[in-house]
Amino acid sequence: MTPKIDLAELDKHRPYLLKFAMLQIRETHVAEDMVQETFLGALTAAERFSGGSSVRTWLTSILLHKIADHRRKAGREISIEAHQGEDGTDGIEDLFQENGRYVEMPELWRTPEQALTERRFFEVLERCIRGLSETAARVFLLRELMGFGIEEICKELSVSTTNCSVLLHRARVRLRACLEERWFAA
Amino acid sequence: MMLSCREVSRLLSDQLDRKLRLTERIRLRIHLAMCKACSRVEGQLSFLRTAMSELAKPRDESESTKK
Repeated sequence: MTPKIDLAELDKHRPYLLKFAMLQIRETHVAEDMVQETFLGALTAAERFSGGSSVRTWLTSILLHKIADHRRKAGREISIEAHQGEDGTDGIEDLFQENGRYVEMPELWRTPEQALTERRFFEVLERCIRGLSETAARVFLLRELMGFGIEEICKELSVSTTNCSVLLHRARVRLRACLEERWFAA
Repeated sequence: MMLSCREVSRLLSDQLDRKLRLTERIRLRIHLAMCKACSRVEGQLSFLRTAMSELAKPRDESESTKK
């Protein structure tokens, strides 16, 4: 049964859309505006929602377009540099030695679940996400925050599956190192 | 051919998104059996996923008084 697009349905997804927007856009009020515009757009287009994707995927897609429009107006290109997965500027080479071993031995994280009860941990996690390149962050957030599947990400951002997994790999390795440095080993 | 930790980190990431092929799985398990670093990373990447699933959930204000 196709879910009904109404305010109650949108409210369920609000925290996720807001968090996604705030991690992609620096200014909080702009992020909030983007989400509001997304909801307006969704309510207007509600009849056209066929239920082919999940509601969250559909809403996120609208949000991504709003963000792209906003950036274009602000004079910044939002082109998803698919090549960025290959040119190495966003790479994680600095974390590994020539022979493929870690430069720094990953530490033992004692009772990491404890961190999930502390708000400051999530502030650190968000700071680490903001340290990623825009593209890596976008792919990572679509996957882990918004629950997109790989094919959905590829379709949405027009990147190849390979580049998708390269970007996710880099994001995860970078975030792991960041969390270790700023929380677990701090 | 033995996998390097860098290659293993890629497989550890990939297994969060797709089912690994049998050969990948075998090589991964062999490496993990001998490498403490990558064994730790496997658990930590899994934890990262859990943390992300909690990120957007509204949190109780009283938790900010901890630590």
